[in-house]
Amino acid sequence: MRIIPFVISIVITIALVFVLNKKWGSAPAMGAFLSPQHGFWQNAESVDENFNADLQLKGLKGNAQVYFDDRLVPHVFTDNDEDAYFIQGYLHAKFRLFQMDLQTRAAAGRASEIAGAAAINYDKTKRRLGMVYAAEAALKEVEKDEPIKKMFDAYTNGVNAYIDNLTEGALPIEYKLLGFKPDKWSNLRTALLLKMMAEMLSSGTEDDLEYTQARSVFSDKEMKILYPQVSDSLLPIVPKGTVFDPPGIVPVKPTAADSLYIGNDSAIVKSEWDKQDPNNGSNNWVVAGSKTQSGAPILCNDPHLELSLPSIWYEMQLTTPTSNAYGVSLPGSPFVIIGYNDSVAWGVTNAQRDVKDYYAIKFKDNSKKEYWFDGEWKPTQLRIEEIKVKGGTTVYDTVAYTIFGPVMYDASFRDDTTKQRNLAVRWVAHDPANEAATFYKLNRAKNYTDYEDAIKTFTCPGQNFVFASKAGDIAIWQQGKFPARWDRQGMYIMPGEDSSYMWQGFIPQNENPHAKNPERGFLESANQRPVDSTYPYFIPGSYITARGIAIEHKLSVMNGITPNDMMRLQNDYYNVTAESFKPLLNKYLDQSRLNNEEKKFYDIWVNWNLYATPDSKGQTVYQVWSDSLLASIWHDEMSLTKPELTWPSKQTTLELLLKDSASKYIDNITTPQVETIYDAVTESFRNAVVVLQEKEAKGLLEWAKFKPAGIFHISDKSKSLLLPFARTNLNVGGAGNIINAITDSHGPSWRMIVQLSANTEAYGVYPAGQNGNPGSKYYDDFVDAWVKGEYYSLWMMKKEEANDKRVKAVMQFRSL
Amino acid sequence: MKFLLAVLLTIVLAFISGLYLPWWGIAIAAFIAGALIPQRGGAAFLSGFTGLFLLWGAMALWIDQKNQSILSHKIAALLPLNGNVVLLILVTAFVGALVAGFASMSGSFLRAR
Repeated sequence: MRIIPFVISIVITIALVFVLNKKWGSAPAMGAFLSPQHGFWQNAESVDENFNADLQLKGLKGNAQVYFDDRLVPHVFTDNDEDAYFIQGYLHAKFRLFQMDLQTRAAAGRASEIAGAAAINYDKTKRRLGMVYAAEAALKEVEKDEPIKKMFDAYTNGVNAYIDNLTEGALPIEYKLLGFKPDKWSNLRTALLLKMMAEMLSSGTEDDLEYTQARSVFSDKEMKILYPQVSDSLLPIVPKGTVFDPPGIVPVKPTAADSLYIGNDSAIVKSEWDKQDPNNGSNNWVVAGSKTQSGAPILCNDPHLELSLPSIWYEMQLTTPTSNAYGVSLPGSPFVIIGYNDSVAWGVTNAQRDVKDYYAIKFKDNSKKEYWFDGEWKPTQLRIEEIKVKGGTTVYDTVAYTIFGPVMYDASFRDDTTKQRNLAVRWVAHDPANEAATFYKLNRAKNYTDYEDAIKTFTCPGQNFVFASKAGDIAIWQQGKFPARWDRQGMYIMPGEDSSYMWQGFIPQNENPHAKNPERGFLESANQRPVDSTYPYFIPGSYITARGIAIEHKLSVMNGITPNDMMRLQNDYYNVTAESFKPLLNKYLDQSRLNNEEKKFYDIWVNWNLYATPDSKGQTVYQVWSDSLLASIWHDEMSLTKPELTWPSKQTTLELLLKDSASKYIDNITTPQVETIYDAVTESFRNAVVVLQEKEAKGLLEWAKFKPAGIFHISDKSKSLLLPFARTNLNVGGAGNIINAITDSHGPSWRMIVQLSANTEAYGVYPAGQNGNPGSKYYDDFVDAWVKGEYYSLWMMKKEEANDKRVKAVMQFRSL
Repeated sequence: MKFLLAVLLTIVLAFISGLYLPWWGIAIAAFIAGALIPQRGGAAFLSGFTGLFLLWGAMALWIDQKNQSILSHKIAALLPLNGNVVLLILVTAFVGALVAGFASMSGSFLRAR
């Protein structure tokens, strides 16, 4: 043996292995990553991959078959209910493990385990909002509900059956890139996933902090003008003119509220609180047989969410002795969430209701152990949150729980510009509830009564459940648990020192806005206020008015409707806000002040057909001009505080100008002269032209180029780090106020059309693919169809069709 | 002849190690091959290097063909290799080869001359 060369050589070898086995910065450990038997090459799925398998798994009760069609949609057939959800869990894990794991970790405030110190504040936000607390409360309810508990257990076992048999090579590529391992699944994580949806859709629909800040600048009267409760042009979900029953509960306003609360103008400085995407919204509508060519009702739904690769949705069919459901499921949860069965179809849009209030808390001292309530010091419950940080030391955060809920903001959690204010959160999502039961029952619903029974316990996030049945019924319910508020209760931060400002009860479920089989033959919801001003409750929310108007205008004049007509409507680009703006803008634009270059853009504008198609230049001019006009009206007043106040919406601004062309807000308070509406409209146009010219010079005047749309990897919040896993520069138009509501990376996450004729005819598409693996040809294969507005025919397979040529693979599941 | 044998043995052992051990099993495999077949240090390095270059290169190439470069395009853009798939396969082969070369050479020094 030659000692010296041996030692040198072995040291080099070991050093090489060490270097290649370690993660450096954001780069993966290259040895394992590059190894064709362990690393990313193992995720390069053969384009001829057949997914045939014969699996023997512990936890299954019987034998089951899964048939995959040419789009990799599984059609699951089991001889008992539990096995269906076991297999659903298994398939979710097989095709979407990373997203389920990531989303539920993030929801629980465990992002720092993956992302390191940069995510500590994100995690604190989730913990202080009480996400795990909420999920635990939900899980307790599930455990009381025998059938649902069994299905949760089966689902969890199915996910874990996949995780337990996972080899290093089969690990999703994201784990290899980021260097961590999947965590075991649990029923709590399923509950967390549903709370993530609650947070996405019902946290951020309140504006308490913003309004409290605005109230320090504007009078109560002005608040009503700038942030109106009911939009003038509202077409509510419940058709106008519907007479409501007298309220079952009449909350009483505290006697001193007018002076102490509504009249109170103490300032709060806004911190960087966590706001959800204001574009989260959706369309759904249903037309009765009287308006369709076939005579059968047609139900349509397109939920608008942040788009991602992989998608938030996973398409599947689940057939058991008690249920035959098809639609999209949420990886991380059992059941079909939006879909249809042999008798009925259902869909959801977000209610946008405010179900979250803030209360100012007075602690006795910094220990947060006691707070002042109803004339005495009451003990808080302290929950110590342990946040593990990748590559750093564990962070501990103490959250005090009060009678209202967790104290989200206090001295230890706010940026240093905020004032000392401790804010407790009262949020409906914290209340014990069992949302999953609704979907379990909807999957099995046979008629309107079953549907009503299924949805009535649904608590949070409030949803507009649209419904149609083969019996010919159409219906919609805005369902959720909504506080019964006195006028303007919860619009601002409320005093938390006694019980008088607490919620006094909830709107009785049967008084939730609803409509069934209306004369006009259709119902629709598009995140607008559900009812007109005659509804006997104060119901704040972040409502969106425009799409409801557009849908209602179209549907009311349509007859002999076919599924094809509905496809066109879901993909419609008509800009109804621009239609209302156009006469006003034209009237007040002083053309004599325009130069030739500006006139050129004016020509584009006047010749525009009001459609926000990908190639539209008029839509770009409208967008830049209307934004510029809003800035000229609001920037001066809204920047009286720092950070700026929330601007009134475009809809509100439009309605304000239509009502009052001499509104005092038109004047720019920072200039000595008084600006008129002519000045505002004309100068904002000229300012817009400056922007438009720049864009035109770069060839970016067409709408799809001006606001490029893309779908990014689900872990890539920066939309820049994982671009090879994204689909960018999609040739789509649309905007948030347009039926086809595509904004940069947000929009229709699933388009579904179901005609409930004798043989159900259903169509659907979502902008991703069934396999979450970026190395699979099924990763993004639906994107092009979605961009073009095309649909796939949805196949409710029958067991006898096992030999159909659409079946590309069979997975046999056997109990062990 | 010896060289060819060493290359073949490295390939076989490294492939088997990949089925049971983490990626660094290739170092053990090449070390054993280097120790079993008497060669000068330089030749041992070259046989280990060649063995893994061929093994990892061929496996990557094979997988990539079947995958029609769907994933390799993305990874080559991410790493960043400018989306160059051939380069990605070469880098893969080279990394395995380098480790195996030194491991094989170490193995050869273990033997008495």
